[in-house]
Amino acid sequence: MNSKSKYVAVPYLAWMVIFIVVPLALIGVFAFTTTVTCDMEGNMLTDEEIAEYEAYCEEEGIEPEYTERTIFTVQNILDVSKYSSVLINSAWLALIATVICLVIAYPLAYMISRMFYSRQKLALMLVMLPMWMNFLLRTYAWMTLLEKNGLINKFFGLFGIGPFDMINTQGAVVLGMVYNYLPFMILPLYSVMTKIDDRTIEAAQDLGANGLQVIWRVVVPLSMPGVATGITQVFVPSVSTFIISRMLGGGTNMLIGDLIDLQFLGNAYNPNLGAAISLVLMVFIFLCMSITNQLDNEDMEGVLL
Amino acid sequence: MDKNKIIELKNIEMEFDGERVLKGINLDIHDKEFVTLLGPSGCGKTTTLRIVGGFVTPDKGDVFFGGKRVNDVPPYKRPVNTVFQKYALFPHLNVYENVAFGLRLKKVSEPEIARRVGEMLELVDLKGYDKRGVNQLSGGQQQRIAIARALINNPKVLLLDEPLGALDLKLRKEMQIELKKIQQRMEITFIYVTHDQEEALTMSDTVVVMKDGTIQQIGTPQDIYNEPTNAFVADFIGESNILPGIMHRDRLVEFAGNNFECVDGGFDPMEPVDVVIRPEDIKLVPASDEVLNGVVENVQFKGVHYEIIVKAYSDTWVIHSTKAPEVGSVVGITLTPEDIHIMKKSDVKKVNYFKSDYDDAEGSDIEQQI
Ligand SMILES: Nc1ncnc2c1ncn2[C@@H]1O[C@H](COP(=O)(O)OP(=O)(O)O)[C@@H](O)[C@H]1O
Ligand SMILES: [Mg+2]
Repeated sequence: MNSKSKYVAVPYLAWMVIFIVVPLALIGVFAFTTTVTCDMEGNMLTDEEIAEYEAYCEEEGIEPEYTERTIFTVQNILDVSKYSSVLINSAWLALIATVICLVIAYPLAYMISRMFYSRQKLALMLVMLPMWMNFLLRTYAWMTLLEKNGLINKFFGLFGIGPFDMINTQGAVVLGMVYNYLPFMILPLYSVMTKIDDRTIEAAQDLGANGLQVIWRVVVPLSMPGVATGITQVFVPSVSTFIISRMLGGGTNMLIGDLIDLQFLGNAYNPNLGAAISLVLMVFIFLCMSITNQLDNEDMEGVLL
Repeated sequence: MDKNKIIELKNIEMEFDGERVLKGINLDIHDKEFVTLLGPSGCGKTTTLRIVGGFVTPDKGDVFFGGKRVNDVPPYKRPVNTVFQKYALFPHLNVYENVAFGLRLKKVSEPEIARRVGEMLELVDLKGYDKRGVNQLSGGQQQRIAIARALINNPKVLLLDEPLGALDLKLRKEMQIELKKIQQRMEITFIYVTHDQEEALTMSDTVVVMKDGTIQQIGTPQDIYNEPTNAFVADFIGESNILPGIMHRDRLVEFAGNNFECVDGGFDPMEPVDVVIRPEDIKLVPASDEVLNGVVENVQFKGVHYEIIVKAYSDTWVIHSTKAPEVGSVVGITLTPEDIHIMKKSDVKKVNYFKSDYDDAEGSDIEQQI
């Protein structure tokens, strides 16, 4: 790096420190600490000692007085294991949503990438169009569609079938994830596929590859960087979402995101546990992504996060 | 008719976005023939080649392989392979896998693949490059891989679209010789596209000169060079003096203010014609009353010869000579009757003229004879 570009980098470095490094450090601090109750001399009190002291105060008719102290602990992290079923459920639903997105997006992105250039722009705009609407509004729309007496059930009612329980199911949550995050799968796939030269595909046909063989032997390997990016972009927001599960899952299907939300804004207020869960989730996502990135061939330039 | 005719294009027409790109292409290609499609950029060479390869379906006309109509046969079922203009190697595969691609699709056994890939890499002089990534290779090496990859399928016909266009001059010359050797050794047909007339003349058995989606002339390199059918071919194939003339009668033509004896005939009396004269066919002599005289305007040394610009009558002549006259001096121009090529008027701007010329000629001149 020469001296000029050093100065240019300063604002970005400052940004990264303020908005990435510091918050991460804070999460780390919260996750590995807890607040304990102490007496006025600062000695930590056990639950029995507190009960004893409170009983004594009541007898004497005086207000109990405490101080608080923050101490290092791994207990929060260990406590996260109590919620492992929630984590597994979140990962499972996010995985299903990611796979569905991939299955829908792959052929679609391929078709768009082989269209005339002017039509590609239009098709991409249509893909992006739902994104221009507010996320909450989109999800509310699905609520009214899926409700017991929503539009879909009314439609089925015309034929005398239903009503079906659609809202407040895991299926509804997955649907919400797919609907909201599908463009994040299509766009990276499209952007790598559009870089595949028509001549490369023709060369494969020329050498005897039929349609499927062209896809399997040329398009798929060459689009792997896009697949890796797409999986990341769908899986990460899906696994940590809380709005979608709250609105379409009716709170009965708690996801890891809901759990974290509860620790900060809910009645289970416990920021230390919330930070610990976030940290575990981060490590989990990091592991998933390192596996995903193996999809990406080393000597190809991916557009990875 | 011809037993060894393996590909036939009949009245091929092609239109892109309302623009007629091919206007009735008729072409026969024979077994073991080296055919070159030659013409300026945009004349429809690539499109013609892609029609043979099956990547484009012609709007009108038919393509026959061995007498069978193949218009609707997809590329992967055609017994031809292509060397693409910019190689189009598979970037995700190494050299070995690029060459092996065609065989893998045919489920050839692994030892057989190894043997034939080895053979092909030896043929193109790239033994030992198996494990290299194709992006680490030079242009010339990529070119060779593209050739090996196309040849491994044992095609009857190899299509090459300006395969040497991206190489430097020296490498291009080497590859020209090598490609010709490969073609003779494999005993297959090459359909070769280039806009370089020298390349076409040195490599081909048959040259097909194209312009604006029509075939101007089909013939051996000698035919094309010595007997161009019109001024366009003459000019494209080599530098030429093209002078307006009038055919008085068979074997007598008037141009540059004089009457000349020539060897051509078959024109209407007093028909306006193009007179084509190669610069190297003109002899300079001392000025005299018996010959056409002109003033030397410029002399430039070109390595083997001098290029001399002479203004004579109202025309500017380009003359190649090993001796350099002085600029400003008056010289005499002499021609033998064999040096004077008479061509039907085919003003490049008058496309209609051209077309009707071509239509008349169809069936006689255009049918190539090998
Ligand atoms: N796929 C296509 N779409 C539109 N126009 C095309 C297409 N392919 C070729 N053309 C046009 O057809 C003409 C001939 O092209 P081409 O066959 O590539 O010429 P050449 O190879 O002789 O340079 C050009 O004007 C080119 O712009
Ligand atoms: Mg071309």
